[in-house]
Amino acid sequence: MIGEHSSKQYDQELEAIRSKVLLMGGMVETQFEQALDCFRVGDIALADKVMAEDHTVNQLEVQLDDACSHLIVKRQPAANDLRTIMATIKVITDLERIGDEASKIARTAKSLHSRGPTSFAHYDMIRAIGKGTTDLLHDALDAFARRDGKQAMQLIAADEIIDHEFRTILRNLITFMMEDPRTISSALDTLWVAKAIERIGDHAKNIAEYVIYVVEGRDIRHSKPAALEG
Amino acid sequence: MANPADATKTKTIEISGLNFFYGKTQSLKNVSLDIHEKQVTAFIGPSGCGKSTLLRTLNRMYDLYPGQRAEGSIMYRDRNILEPGVDVNMLRAKIGMVFQKPTPFPMSIYDNIAFGVRLYENLSKGEMDERVEWALKKAALWEEAKDKLSKSGLSLSGGQQQRLCIARGVAVKPDVLLLDEPTSALDPISTAKIEELISELKQDYTITIVTHNMQQAARCSDYTAYMYLGELVEFGETDQLFMNPGRKETQDYITGRFG
Repeated sequence: MIGEHSSKQYDQELEAIRSKVLLMGGMVETQFEQALDCFRVGDIALADKVMAEDHTVNQLEVQLDDACSHLIVKRQPAANDLRTIMATIKVITDLERIGDEASKIARTAKSLHSRGPTSFAHYDMIRAIGKGTTDLLHDALDAFARRDGKQAMQLIAADEIIDHEFRTILRNLITFMMEDPRTISSALDTLWVAKAIERIGDHAKNIAEYVIYVVEGRDIRHSKPAALEG
Repeated sequence: MANPADATKTKTIEISGLNFFYGKTQSLKNVSLDIHEKQVTAFIGPSGCGKSTLLRTLNRMYDLYPGQRAEGSIMYRDRNILEPGVDVNMLRAKIGMVFQKPTPFPMSIYDNIAFGVRLYENLSKGEMDERVEWALKKAALWEEAKDKLSKSGLSLSGGQQQRLCIARGVAVKPDVLLLDEPTSALDPISTAKIEELISELKQDYTITIVTHNMQQAARCSDYTAYMYLGELVEFGETDQLFMNPGRKETQDYITGRFG
């Protein structure tokens, strides 16, 4: 475990940043889950709430960026502290993007449901990728909170499954659209949602990669799976 | 950057199995490391860890004090400089030292530099003038001092005095410069000038610096040694040591989790 700094103030500053990141992570997770609900049942009020929430998430990103800059100028962090701050700055960017994607899902849900019932089971189409990505995001934030490099490493493989899932959805939707052009609007909406979910998976994977950077000091971004061991 | 173990880098000084005693107290324990040519090596660690002692063994500064002795070997130009037969004066001409507090001699700026040179070389007036100018330029002090060479060295500011001491060290054309907390008594601007100077000087000299300022070590050095209680805890490339140290003790120290 990492010990305490001689400066208690420094510890408090780091802890304040950490808990705010986790708060932001929790908000984004909720936003994503609610957006999926909107897509499932077409709850317009909830969709508006998800989109409104994005403002708060954006504000948190700005505040956290500022807190990190202040910590750098005051403390000149080194080694694991420096890696933590560098990773935090990146994590919050990914979280903010996840918030954007969740808003996009909510907006698309509104548009889909405003056209009345769909002719195919639109939610079943994305149920699996939605569940997989929800778990991935949750586990990535968990690994970040606990500085668990091992867990983070497993998540990187999980993102491959999500990417594969997206390609399957794409093929299925193309089939629907070719068979019956009347499904095109709904199928495209479903595709936008699937794409947004797939992007959220990528952001969650990025967070997992930063966790490995914090814990092990290795930057594994853009490396081949074989190179990840070690 | 190259690995510390990289054989392609020339080693100027090879320290192995070095023990040092102040009377009965052992203050260096089996220290081994290489100082690479034309690189800056920083020694960091808390007070009393032995980093200044290590620096002082490199030109046998400890010889001046009775009861202090070193064991082991410090190879410099194929010779163990700890051996009794070594000409300590020649050694100190080749391995010069700059101290924590500026120590100009109570004489003119010109003579501060010429004094050391006269001990080792017999130069004509013209040659000496050239040498003084060259040394002051090397130490980035020429522009500030050229119009007052006959003024006392003590009339300079603290930062200028320290650069004068560096000029004095450089004037005898050493291989190695040992800097013992050279900026701890200086303001940030003078400190920045000295740090700038260090990066200039490493084109021509091998530099070893003891510093309490971790950011200074991170900024100026190529290699860093972290010492604690007389032992070398970790030695490696500075970038690596400050980004991702190998030892937890090092990490605790550089991140301020010490003690």
